[in-house]
Amino acid sequence: MRLIKTFLASLTVMLVAFAFTATPSAAQQPQQSDRVHVDIEQGNLNPMPIAVVDFLGGSGAAQQIGRDVAGVIRANLDRSGLFRPIGPDAFIERITAMEVPPRFADWKIIDSQALVVGQVSPLPDGRIQIEFRLWDVFAEQSITGFQYATTPDNWRRIAHRISDQIYEQITGERGYFDTRIVFVSESGPRTRRIKRLMIMDQDGANPFFLTGSDSMVLTPRFSPSTQMITYMSFETGAPRVFLYNLGTNRREVLGDFPGMTFAPRFNPDGSGVVFTVDLNGNSEIFTMDLRSRARQRLTNQSAIDTSPSYSPDGSQIVFNSDRGGSPQLYVMAANGSGQRRISFGEGRYSTPVWSPRGDLIAFTRQGGGRFAIGVMRPDGSGERILTESYLDEAPTWSPNGRVIMFFREGRGEGPQLWSVDLTGRNLRRIPTQTDASDPAWSPLLP
Amino acid sequence: MRNTIIALAAVASLAACASKPEPTPTPTPGPTAPPVQTPQGPRPGSLEDFRVSVGDRVFFGYDRFDLSAEARGVLERQAAWLRQYPNVRILVAGNCDERGTREYNLALGARRAAAARDYLVSLGVEAGRVETVSYGKERPLDARVNEEAWSVNRNAHTNIVSGAVS
Repeated sequence: MRLIKTFLASLTVMLVAFAFTATPSAAQQPQQSDRVHVDIEQGNLNPMPIAVVDFLGGSGAAQQIGRDVAGVIRANLDRSGLFRPIGPDAFIERITAMEVPPRFADWKIIDSQALVVGQVSPLPDGRIQIEFRLWDVFAEQSITGFQYATTPDNWRRIAHRISDQIYEQITGERGYFDTRIVFVSESGPRTRRIKRLMIMDQDGANPFFLTGSDSMVLTPRFSPSTQMITYMSFETGAPRVFLYNLGTNRREVLGDFPGMTFAPRFNPDGSGVVFTVDLNGNSEIFTMDLRSRARQRLTNQSAIDTSPSYSPDGSQIVFNSDRGGSPQLYVMAANGSGQRRISFGEGRYSTPVWSPRGDLIAFTRQGGGRFAIGVMRPDGSGERILTESYLDEAPTWSPNGRVIMFFREGRGEGPQLWSVDLTGRNLRRIPTQTDASDPAWSPLLP
Repeated sequence: MRNTIIALAAVASLAACASKPEPTPTPTPGPTAPPVQTPQGPRPGSLEDFRVSVGDRVFFGYDRFDLSAEARGVLERQAAWLRQYPNVRILVAGNCDERGTREYNLALGARRAAAARDYLVSLGVEAGRVETVSYGKERPLDARVNEEAWSVNRNAHTNIVSGAVS
């Protein structure tokens, strides 16, 4: 929280086009055909070589920040699977000033398609200015450049924002690096597991606990503003849906229901939550408006109805039901009408999550003693499995809908967070200090 | 190799039983052991009496919440015991094995708890004495990773909240 407040209070982002920018309109036309470009649909068959030079810094502190910023950018781009940052040892030209265009020949020789240079300078008020420029080496022109004024301890977020700029300029898609992950940190023996809410940056940095070890928590999810989290907790004894305000650190039980409430998610504008209520052994889907606290029941079946997730336009909800005899995916209008089954493959389907792009639904599929993460179109067509293991569960989308994070549990082992591209490639472990499950990816931070 | 591990685990489990008393019930799949009637047996009306003489858990098939004949037998003994000790209040917890996803298992656990609760109430236990909760797959009784452990972990566990003889 303090981090966010500090950031909001101190960060001023200046979208300053540099004086020597040859094509100031380039930012609005990120997919010019003559420019360096990575096709995301093709995945990481040939990651694009890119050189990220340590950012220049005058004093000792600024110099260290410059190195750290470049390191975070390289790690982000590398983890995306779309880029191959070139080791700085291979660099020929030594960049000494941002104002001077690079010697493109020196970067062509090492096959660097793009070049990132930057600079960190102290400001009179104690803040620092971080600026960067992205060059297209073979076109020999500047692609974009930004500068940011911020507090020195906020350098990591600027590094993520610069990474997002690079990703966006070269792929034509929004980035996802300036984001956070909320998840469940797990410890202790399997029969007496301790589960606490934890939040961290998308790359695993800056982790901290949101809840204590005295009550079990499950299934956290971000609000669209990234300032609220809804989750389930046993804090009050019976399992209840909670709201956690990251600005105030306050948490509250959502609604007053006689039975268990669980499986919460925000609606796309953050004005309400959709969740499940247990009515004497019968799970039904409800919504609650956060302002009026008015509730609406959407399902009415003796079967299990749970795990609701809104389409990004808010018009539909995908959910999990066993009304047909086994757990399958169903879609309904946001008012509960028009309920229809969409999953017809072999196996048991659960944990549906609508993509932020609206074009796909991610799910967990169980069959043959294995658990898989897959995607299908909202009409149920085009099913594809991305990963499979003893237990893969709980997909969550990057805000650009290109990467899915989930948790994987080996047989008898603790869970860990993993991510995989929509292409099914680039499977990566997300570093966490403890066992970790139930990840939820935030939207891009404001 | 796996058989060896299971055998070792079984030995370890037996050893744990021998060195009782354990505060938590030991994993005993299937119907509970016949009541042990010895002069040192549990005091009638106590937590131990309920757990050992009556049986505090009933078990379910995979993704099932219907009560087997064995489960009904245990619940009938529970109902008789609860009628005998009318001050006792209980919390029935529904549990699932790990071979399902988290939210679905919370719903399934709620069904199992409700199935046990409804049967107890049908046998004359006042509904106001019975609460239910679902722990989904979050509270396995047996930490092992095999069908034997999973069958133990699919259960409805009757916890005495208050009113037992101490």
